[in-house]
Amino acid sequence: MVAIHPEGHLVGDRRGLARRTSWVLAALLLVAAYASLAVGASGVSLPAALADLLAGSEIDARTRIILLDIRLPRLLTGMMVGASLAVAGAVLQGLFRNPLADPGLVGVSAGAGLGAISAIVLGGLLPAGLAGLFGPALVPVLAFAGSWLSVSLLYVIATRGGHTSVATMLLGGIALAAMTAAFSGLLIYMADDQQLRDLTFWSLGSLAGASWSKTLAAAPLMLAALLAAPALSRGLNALALGEAAAHHLGIPVQRLKTGAIVVVAAAVGAATAISGGIGFVGIVVPHLLRLATGPDHRALLVNSGLLGASLLLLADVVSRSIVAPSELPIGIVTAVIGGPFFLWILLRRRGSLEI
Amino acid sequence: MLDATDVTVTLGRRRVLDGVNFQAAPGELTAIVGPNGSGKTTLLRAVTGDLGYRGRITLAGEELSGIPAWRLAPRRAVLAQFTPLAFPFTVAEVVRLGQIRKGPGSAADLTPRALARVGLCGYASRPYQELSGGEQQRVQLARVLCQVWEPVEGSEARWLFLDEPVSSLDIAHQLQVMQIARDFADVGGGVVAIMHDLNLTAMFADSVALLAEGRLLEQASPEVLLRDDLLSRAYGCSLRVSTPPPSGPYVLPHAARLG
Repeated sequence: MVAIHPEGHLVGDRRGLARRTSWVLAALLLVAAYASLAVGASGVSLPAALADLLAGSEIDARTRIILLDIRLPRLLTGMMVGASLAVAGAVLQGLFRNPLADPGLVGVSAGAGLGAISAIVLGGLLPAGLAGLFGPALVPVLAFAGSWLSVSLLYVIATRGGHTSVATMLLGGIALAAMTAAFSGLLIYMADDQQLRDLTFWSLGSLAGASWSKTLAAAPLMLAALLAAPALSRGLNALALGEAAAHHLGIPVQRLKTGAIVVVAAAVGAATAISGGIGFVGIVVPHLLRLATGPDHRALLVNSGLLGASLLLLADVVSRSIVAPSELPIGIVTAVIGGPFFLWILLRRRGSLEI
Repeated sequence: MLDATDVTVTLGRRRVLDGVNFQAAPGELTAIVGPNGSGKTTLLRAVTGDLGYRGRITLAGEELSGIPAWRLAPRRAVLAQFTPLAFPFTVAEVVRLGQIRKGPGSAADLTPRALARVGLCGYASRPYQELSGGEQQRVQLARVLCQVWEPVEGSEARWLFLDEPVSSLDIAHQLQVMQIARDFADVGGGVVAIMHDLNLTAMFADSVALLAEGRLLEQASPEVLLRDDLLSRAYGCSLRVSTPPPSGPYVLPHAARLG
C-alpha cells in the first residue's frame, strides 16, 4: 500500500514542510528587520529609543531622523529589493525551465541598468511637463522598460519551439549585457559632472541611496510584481513538464509567459533602479529553497520573497558594519557569497548539464 | 466522438499530413500505426489541439480549435513519448500536477490511487529525475490518469491520447499499460494510441488507422486491417499475418531467409 503519514499526508508531499518553512522565514525576516534598524554608523541605539518611546518620553530629533528617515526607508528598500530579486529569479528560472537563469547573469539587470542610466542622463532633456509627470518615478519606469526589453529579447533568442537551450540562454545573455553595456558607456560618456556623481553612486550596487522619495517611487512596481507572482505558480509548475504538457493541463501558455516576463521585468527593473547591480540573490535564494522544500512554485515564490528580503537585509547589515563608519557596497557582499555558490551549483550539475 | 475530416498539416514547407480522415469513438481503443515518419505523431498532435491544421476536427461535435485549453483539459489528457522535467519534483508531486480540478465533488487526493494503478506504490517520495525511462513513463501515465479521473459535467466522454505508451517498457509493463488503456475504454472513455507493436495492437485495439507517407491508407478493425498485402505495402517489407484459432491475428516479420 501507499505509505501515508500519521497526519494523512502522502509520502513525497512537501507542502507541509514548505508551510512550516514559511513561518521560520517570516521569523527570520523579523530578526533581520530588527537588525537593520538597530545597526548603523551613527551609534543611535534602537533599544534605547524604543525604551524611551515606551516610557512616554520624547525622542530627540537626531535619533528620530536617523531611525525614521534614514534607517526605515533603507529597511523597506532592502526588503523589497531582496524579495523582488529572489522572486524574479525564481520566476525567470520557471519560465526558462532552468535553475541557472539569474536576472544578473542573463543580462536582465543590465537592461534595467541601461534604462536607469538613460533616465539619469537623458531625463534632463525631457520637456519639463513630462519630466514633472514622472518625477522620481522616471528612473524605475525606464529601468522597467529596459529589463522588459531584455527578458523579451532573451526569450525570443533562447527559446525555440518551446525548448530553451541553456547555452543559447547564457550566451545570448552575455551578448545582450555587452550590447547594453556599450549603450550605457555611450550615455556615461555624454553625462555631465553631476550626472556622473549620481551614476557612480547608483552603479556601486548599494542601498545607501535609499530615501523616502526613491523608495516610494520604486515601491509600486516591486509590490505589484510581488503580489502578482503567486498567480503564476500553478502555471509555472505545469510548465516544468514542457510547453505542450502545460497546454494539455489547461494552462494558457502564452498568457503565462507574458505574465512571467512582465513580473520579472517590473521586479528587476524597479530593484535595479533603486539599488544598482545587486547580483546572485536571484539564483542563490530559489536554489536553496528548492533543495530544502522542493520546486513547487506555490511555496517557492512566497518563500523566495521572505528569504530574499531577509538575506539582503542581513547582507546590508554586514556591508554597513564590516568597515564602519564607512560602508561596503552591498553588491560586493552578495557577489562574494553568491559567486562561489553559483560555481558550486554549476559543478554539481556538470554531469547532467545540457548545453 | 472524435472526428477528423480531410485534415492537412504543413510543417515548414513539407506537407506532413495530407487529407487524412480519422475517427475515434468513446468506449473504444483506437490505434494509429504506420512506419516511422508516416505522420502518426503529427496526427495525434493535430487531434489534441497542439498543431494548426486545415480541415475539420470535432470533439463531440464541437470544432477543436474553438475550445480553450482550460475547457479541453478536463476532457482529454495527453501522454507524450518522453517527458523530461526541469526541476527535482518527487513522483507524488508530478502525479499531483495532473489533478487539475479542485472543489466540491472531487476526491481529496487521487495521487495514491493513480500510483497504485500503474504499480508504483512505493515511489511517491522518489525524485522523478532519478527514475528509469520506463518508470518515468508510468509516473506520467499516473499523472495523465489523474487529469481525466473524474467525470466531466454533462457526462461528456473523456479521452486519453497516448504517444507510443509502451515504447520504453518491458513486456510485463507493456501489458499492464495496455490493460489500463483498455479498462479506460471499457468504462466509456476514448483512447487514441500511437502503436509500433502490431501484435499488442491486434490484442487490445478496437480500431486501427494505418498511415503511410502522410496519408491514411485505411481505418478498420484489426481483423480487417491487419492483412499481408496492406501491411507489407505500408511498411515496405514483407509481412505475413497469421490467425491461430480461436484468438485474433498476430504478425511476424517475414525475413527472406526464413522463406
